[in-house]
Amino acid sequence: MKMKTLAAMALAGALATGPAMAELVMPDLSYRTGPYAAGGTPFSDGYQDYLNLLNARDGGIGGESIRIVECETGYNTEKGVECYESTKGEGALIYQPLSTGITYQLIPKATADGIPIHTMGYGRTSAANGEVFNWVFNYPANYWDAASVAINYLLDENGGDLNGKKIALVYHNSAYGKEPIRTLEELSSMHGFELSQLAVDHPGQEQKSQWLQIRRERPDYVLMWGWGVMNQVAVQEAANINFPMENFIGNWWAGAEHDVTPAGAAANGYKSLNMNRVQDYPVLEEIKTLVHDAGNAAGDGSNIGKVLYVRGMYAAMLAAEAIAKAQDIHGTAAVTPAMVRDGMEALEITNARMTELGMEGIGPEFSVSCQNHGGAGQGLVQQWNAADGVWEPLTDFIAPDASVIAPLIAEDSAAFAAESGITPGCL
Amino acid sequence: MSADFLYGIEVIINGLMAGVLYALVALGFVLIFKASGIFNYAQGVMALFAALTLVGVMEGQVPFSHLINAVFGTEIHHFGWEVPALLAILLTLCIMIAFAWAVQYFVFRHLVGQEPIILFMATIGLAYFLEGVGDLMWGSDIKTLALGLPQGGSMAVEEWTAGLGGDDFYGFFIDKLDMVATVVALLLVAGLVGFAQYTKQGRAMRAVADDHQAALSVGISLNFIWVLVWSLAGLVALVAGVMWGAKSGVQFSLSLIALKALPVLMLGGFTSIPGAIVGGLIIGVGEKLFEYTIGAPFLGGATENWFAYMLALIFLVFRPQGLFGERIIERV
Repeated sequence: MKMKTLAAMALAGALATGPAMAELVMPDLSYRTGPYAAGGTPFSDGYQDYLNLLNARDGGIGGESIRIVECETGYNTEKGVECYESTKGEGALIYQPLSTGITYQLIPKATADGIPIHTMGYGRTSAANGEVFNWVFNYPANYWDAASVAINYLLDENGGDLNGKKIALVYHNSAYGKEPIRTLEELSSMHGFELSQLAVDHPGQEQKSQWLQIRRERPDYVLMWGWGVMNQVAVQEAANINFPMENFIGNWWAGAEHDVTPAGAAANGYKSLNMNRVQDYPVLEEIKTLVHDAGNAAGDGSNIGKVLYVRGMYAAMLAAEAIAKAQDIHGTAAVTPAMVRDGMEALEITNARMTELGMEGIGPEFSVSCQNHGGAGQGLVQQWNAADGVWEPLTDFIAPDASVIAPLIAEDSAAFAAESGITPGCL
Repeated sequence: MSADFLYGIEVIINGLMAGVLYALVALGFVLIFKASGIFNYAQGVMALFAALTLVGVMEGQVPFSHLINAVFGTEIHHFGWEVPALLAILLTLCIMIAFAWAVQYFVFRHLVGQEPIILFMATIGLAYFLEGVGDLMWGSDIKTLALGLPQGGSMAVEEWTAGLGGDDFYGFFIDKLDMVATVVALLLVAGLVGFAQYTKQGRAMRAVADDHQAALSVGISLNFIWVLVWSLAGLVALVAGVMWGAKSGVQFSLSLIALKALPVLMLGGFTSIPGAIVGGLIIGVGEKLFEYTIGAPFLGGATENWFAYMLALIFLVFRPQGLFGERIIERV
């Protein structure tokens, strides 16, 4: 009798603490503390606020409510893996690692566990080959796309000819920072520009040597692959040596408000790539009224509308659309991670759908397939207006040079498949 | 003169100025280690906390506002006033003194007589605690330090020196902020040396540094001296936080500037204020010159961090106590 009572209590306890079945569990591997919090906080605010909006406005996705499970990684790879391990048992449907280092660690784990990963504009670039990376998606664009988009923009600025031009790449001396080098080297051979590479050690607070070198060599353009404090210092150092800001272009992780505001007016004219257009979207008003004013916002509301907030919101929208697609495909609202993977692989984002969602033009139109997990690869160029304190889009979405990127992705993913014993194919 | 030679001189000048910034951080370590034998792991976080507090006070930010709002459902962020820079600096100093007292009263008073490694571990805990408190008090966003410090290269120096070389020499680049930092560091060191040499408290501080037991026997309060030393380290942290924060905005990576101070300490010695300055200058010039002559042209760049430590290690082999550190002789 006593044993039966204990067993009943244990069962009741397990049911009470176990994952609720009728919920869509969406982990948010955030970093709101530490040196990179200024970038992690707005992204997570945007990600969570959009999901909370879906809960408040639509009752979730397909009638199933969303449960956000936030775990603080501090942008630390070990903590990120701990977060994954501690949250996957809750029924996690999709992960956004929000760090290239964490992504590399999670690729084999999530593949083995059968949980899809979405690494939007970061992570392992060759994951765009869905036949090798069945569970990893990096739409709408990746690092190599970004490098190609930047060069295509400069080609456009120079009448299609970069022959003889000098382009310097200032990069974070890490796997992330080195990502564009191979692509830029290929493009350098193709277009005849001279590429010089300047590495900046973590964290990037001291860059005097690199910018003195730039002052000596006088490149026509400087591209930057930076993150964290490296961005703010680089913008300030560029201003210090009077480098023309309109010729200084950061990638999309070096183009948020906090990257330029410390330099004040001196940052005016600095450009960066962006994978998401920043403007006053109707959905932001909905978030303000239905989420923030209702007291359900992830942050204090100060980040609403900022570059990385909009990117987080965009990521959440893409995840929600993939879940909705999975519900359509499988005819059930209570989807599993494997079903969400199917939804991601069948995702199609159109202008009409983005308009319907109150985010007209936030990203390019694209569709995902088994062969292409990378999307359209497009990015736009934006410019900082210091007087008004806003990023202004300068271009529409620019396509990368697929003739350069596709072979690189094929080569790298084939090497990964060989070393991991993967036979490429669709699930 | 050839452009390469002149650019080499430019690198040396900029290395010297970078060295001053490293020395500013190292000074805080030296003050505390000299007086108490504690290697203060929290010195970098103290610089961050001091700079965060300065900006928060200047902008009239309500401390712990995020926490207050989360608990009570309020929407308060600012008091609605701004505090002039000088007054804000004084208020920040008061907070750093209160912090020094709290550290002594709540932590190190209870650890008297413990092994150095225990004291070191306590400072690690202190660092994480202070970082967390800083986050809760002032938030984790990047803040702009509006002290009106000059930024950018000195055009006067550039124009004046442009004629020294040929067409491919553009004049010396010297950052105005670095020039200010150099002057401030010199004043700070002069003030610290003057304080230590010519004031009663300063002499007491030196006595404690020389021999705790002897200092106690002549009636010097160890508690007071340690609060004093931590307060001075707080002042140095504020200056370092301001100078580094002016470059990058005040943000949590400021705590990592301590990494730049370690090779300086290894080289200059943990117990010498002049050693911190000279060590900083040697590290600054050494790493910049190595990057210019070998690192960037032949090794792919980004050599400064490891070269600084390598340089310090070489010095350690020949002078384990550092250039100016006290030689340790233990007789059997």
